[in-house]
Amino acid sequence: MHIDVRNVTKRFDSFTAVRNLTLDVRQGELVALLGPSGSGKTTLLRIIAGLEHANEGQILFDGDDAVARHVGERRVGFVFQHYALFRHMTVFENVAFGLRVAPAERRMSNTDIKNRVMSLLSLVQLDRLAARYPSQLSGGQRQRVALARALAIAPLVLLLDEPFGALDAKVRKELRRWLRRLHDDMGLTSIFVTHDQEEALELADRVVVMNQGAIEQIGTPDEVYNTPATPFVYEFLGNVNKIPCTIANGAVNLWGLAVTAETVDGAPVPAGSAAGFAYVRPHDIEIVAEGTQRAIVRHVGAAGPTARLELEVAGVHAPVEVQLIRQAFLDLGLKVGQTVAITARAARVFPARS
Amino acid sequence: MAPKRTFAPIAESPKIRIGLVLLSLIYILFFLVLPVVVVFTEAFSRGFAHYLEAVTEPDAQAAIKLTLLVAAIAVPANVVFGVAASWAIAKFDFVGKSFLITLIDLPFSVSPVISGLIYVLMFGGQGLIGPWLDEHDIQIVYAVPGIVLATVFVTFPFVARELIPLMQEQGAEEEEAARSLGASGWQTFWRVTLPNIKWGLLYGVLLCNARAMGEFGAVSVVSGHIRGFTNTMPLHVEILYNEYNLPAAFAVASLLAFLALVTLVAKGILELRYGHELAPVHH
Repeated sequence: MHIDVRNVTKRFDSFTAVRNLTLDVRQGELVALLGPSGSGKTTLLRIIAGLEHANEGQILFDGDDAVARHVGERRVGFVFQHYALFRHMTVFENVAFGLRVAPAERRMSNTDIKNRVMSLLSLVQLDRLAARYPSQLSGGQRQRVALARALAIAPLVLLLDEPFGALDAKVRKELRRWLRRLHDDMGLTSIFVTHDQEEALELADRVVVMNQGAIEQIGTPDEVYNTPATPFVYEFLGNVNKIPCTIANGAVNLWGLAVTAETVDGAPVPAGSAAGFAYVRPHDIEIVAEGTQRAIVRHVGAAGPTARLELEVAGVHAPVEVQLIRQAFLDLGLKVGQTVAITARAARVFPARS
Repeated sequence: MAPKRTFAPIAESPKIRIGLVLLSLIYILFFLVLPVVVVFTEAFSRGFAHYLEAVTEPDAQAAIKLTLLVAAIAVPANVVFGVAASWAIAKFDFVGKSFLITLIDLPFSVSPVISGLIYVLMFGGQGLIGPWLDEHDIQIVYAVPGIVLATVFVTFPFVARELIPLMQEQGAEEEEAARSLGASGWQTFWRVTLPNIKWGLLYGVLLCNARAMGEFGAVSVVSGHIRGFTNTMPLHVEILYNEYNLPAAFAVASLLAFLALVTLVAKGILELRYGHELAPVHH
């Protein structure tokens, strides 16, 4: 199902959770809504599900206005952050719920319900626990019950609110892969909410980065990570060094690298001299034999495939982080307290917000 | 491996624990167990035949029937009201919510005698709409309808008070899940909400019922004490007591005490039997 979110605004009293937001999700896509808490991502998901009404704007499912459709008629499977399993029902009855409450003319026979529930439970590998109650399951098992329950109504759209938030790292990784496969096999259109950038980048076809109820950037994981559209995306996705600098006639010389300043909304860069920030990823800083910028090594972390250095650079308040591949680090033979020369391979400059 | 008994370092010393347990036991013994024992021993002090006579004579029978009738109306009325009010309060936001909560508590803060008096002032002969009722030959005060009204008023916080915190704690997520799976409002209520609150509801019903049968003050004001017609069991006990007919007074009182014990035991059995469903879901 193609989901079309058009100019949606949602206010709670004086607080605007989602402001004039437009988003297009194509059939078969797996999209991540990524943002800090309070960015409106869960509210947007709930509006798409029909659990919340938008104050303004439209949600179209395959071109039809979904607002008119009742939440039960949208064929949307919703997986809640804390699973919201029915605590007084067994795993079997939880999954069967959506089938049992269907209107009489569409309801399956008891045998069909039983077969469908058991096949869903074996899909999520929980057929042996059908008679258990939710309180007797682990977090990962509850998560899978919640998924099976949402899938029981044969949804066209699967919406997941922080699906892996409450699970430990190992289970999370497994479930992530499993969810990706499930999504592809069933031909679903899925949207999930997360605040975990790694999760969004690994799992999604496209990532929607949200901040304060609006979209900062939409793009493939590669696009949002490697070409962030705004300072916010830079800071939210991955590590980045934020270096204060002075923009002179629209450009900055950062440690020997000439960078043209740009603005978020395409407005002209202020002429003359203006304050700005250069954003440099730790792996885009190079340690060189000869350079214009000197730095002192303050900390070395050599565990793992890459080495992390913290450098003290004159005029920069926070330590500058550098990432080197292990062999390069060993070749340089860096020690704490040593003075080195640095340069940047790539950087982007935005004027400071006035 | 035999479990080893250990005390956490922050726990109180065994002396203090035993002291606290003893203190509560003695307190309960004096203020709860002893009076109940006295009720039953006094009731049977002149033998079983006397006891039987005291509880089967026509006025006592009328009082018992009236008490059961009042409870049979007041309890269901307050179950419906209590569930509706707590659902509204726990699951929705609306203007005047805190005012509604305050109103629900009102019967607790008003003396029952005054609650009864309010009905007399409204429906009595000199009351606000008394003359109109007289014209249409409707008797409320000093009749069964007045007793029912007063009892409903006095007992109406019990169910709601029991359910509001429970439903607030459970939140609306399970209901939302049910709705997203296509359940209608009714289906959601019967299949999800009600099963989740049934223990709290049962407890509220028991408390409500106990109070409905035992209410004295409010009922006393509106009843008019007409023997055989508007006397409930507590009022009948008072009359017998005032007539120095102590064994009979205690005999009727023992029925009330017995009802209380039965409801407590019933609750205990139900909890034992279905206790596993009470296990909370930990997130």
